[in-house]
Amino acid sequence: MSEPVSAATREAYPAGLLQLVEDGVDVVAIDADLSVSTMGYQFGDKHPSRWQTVGVAEQNMVGIAAGFAAAGKTPFIASFASFLPGRCFDQLRTSVAQPKGGLSVKVVASHGGVTVGEDGMSAQAIEDVALMTTLIPFDVIVPADYEQAKQAVVAVGKTQKPSYVRTGRPKVAGIYTTDYRFEIGKADMLRPGTDVTLIACGVLVGVALKAAELLANESVSARVLNMATIKPIDREAVIAAARETGAIVTAEEHQTHGGLGTAVARVLVETTPAPIEFVGVDRYGTSGKWDQLLDYFELTPARLAQAARDAIARKR
Amino acid sequence: MSTALSAAVSVDELKDIAKRVRADIVRMVHAAQSGHPGGSLSAVELGVALFWNHLRCDTANPAWPARDRFVLSKGHATPFYYSVLAERGFFSTELLSGFRQLGTPLQGHPSMNAAPGIEMSGGSLGQGLSFAIGQALAGRLDSLDYRCFVLMGDGELNEGQCWEAAMAVPHFGLGDRVIAMVDRNGIQNDGFADTIMKTHPAEMFRGFGWKVIECDGHDMAAVDAALTEAKRPADQPRCIVAHTVKGKGVSFMENNPGFHGKAPTADQLVQALAEIEAGL
Repeated sequence: MSEPVSAATREAYPAGLLQLVEDGVDVVAIDADLSVSTMGYQFGDKHPSRWQTVGVAEQNMVGIAAGFAAAGKTPFIASFASFLPGRCFDQLRTSVAQPKGGLSVKVVASHGGVTVGEDGMSAQAIEDVALMTTLIPFDVIVPADYEQAKQAVVAVGKTQKPSYVRTGRPKVAGIYTTDYRFEIGKADMLRPGTDVTLIACGVLVGVALKAAELLANESVSARVLNMATIKPIDREAVIAAARETGAIVTAEEHQTHGGLGTAVARVLVETTPAPIEFVGVDRYGTSGKWDQLLDYFELTPARLAQAARDAIARKR
Repeated sequence: MSTALSAAVSVDELKDIAKRVRADIVRMVHAAQSGHPGGSLSAVELGVALFWNHLRCDTANPAWPARDRFVLSKGHATPFYYSVLAERGFFSTELLSGFRQLGTPLQGHPSMNAAPGIEMSGGSLGQGLSFAIGQALAGRLDSLDYRCFVLMGDGELNEGQCWEAAMAVPHFGLGDRVIAMVDRNGIQNDGFADTIMKTHPAEMFRGFGWKVIECDGHDMAAVDAALTEAKRPADQPRCIVAHTVKGKGVSFMENNPGFHGKAPTADQLVQALAEIEAGL
């Protein structure tokens, strides 16, 4: 068993594509003039006939992918999450989500959330999960580290439905080794706990693990769930968390409206009402280094720990 | 291999089929009391010449991998599209009477594979040419020589995505695989195209590197010849700009923006069918 790889989750994209080709999946990949950042070019270098760039034209890219899927290929498309789905939501709806109950187009959007950093608010996608979860056939996945992201790319490449995978720009600490097996729709309990559950995705998973350490210092036992799949959400894991810990905190690099927190809250009110606190990004951003921005938006272990105390205080 | 094309159908026969399609269109829109007759009637000759004389297809095997693809990008022209598919034999003409009604496979805008021959969903304009590029690139990867024909409206060309796709077709060298057809009827939803948003389809496609073939879109022989020319092997992609009349064949619909998306009354239906039969 190797050590977990610390790398940006976007670096896992070409690795996952190469794995899919090795596994015999008829993959094609398309970029829209950001392949140096999405890392799609690395796949193109290895498989030039399977890779296209369409220039700065996200709408066209989505349509082309739909055509590929209709002709039996497994197309992946990549850009920044601010443009994909931001620039082409209607194309994702009309050309991908609706035909035949969903054409098998795989969207891998990099630079999700505020940790895109210095490019500022226009580049910081905090709406993408909300948009993509409304497209009925889509699975929506926000991996937490390189290994999970790679396995998520491989996993969606082997389904017959459309999928959205959000990756990030900054290098993040590795969590999983190559022994890990990602499953769409399955949360991972990274730390057991009995007083409260921190449910996070993406970059916030590492933050939640640190928050659990802080809480442990005050004898609060915090469970940590990595809820990489926002849709379909792992209802059983949420219900168990509510039953067994009685208080929930969600944490995401996204608006609290329409993201992970909303999905978790729905499961709670439908099944197991429990106090819940939402940590996310509910204002537009600014430039800065990615770790400075996590502080600026209070996406920190201290903030999550406080949210946990608040949720615990509301228990009956 | 399944039959690609039956023997060429004569222009006189094509004209008879066109009459049937026009009658289907007004009947369908009347029965549904909704739908888009104007831009359906303008496209009839394009569709009939294409489906009977040029599109390589097998109605008994609509998923035949080597078939030519037809993409209705101006997705509101479903009365025309469904009639052509039914009259060509993809499905029963009896289905046409359920157009736009609860539970029908023939929705107001096309839903991919809901009925045999429907290649793509539509209704949000500007998306067909991009879809055809993907299909054409896949065909090239798979060493299949099918073509993708895309029917667009001139109002639709307001959508920016059309031009993202128009620049990509020559860039990807898809001249022999993607053929665009513009139904240049000069009217869009809110009125005459020249007042809503003036476009110059021929000049614009030429500017994007296409060879443009202009024709009278209601002269069946001319449309048939334009399609023959568009299919000649060449690197440069071809766009047929067919000059048409919105509502063609029904006097009170012709060149009338009011019938872009409006159904005829019972009396108007009787008049329309008589005029279509007389070959106005």
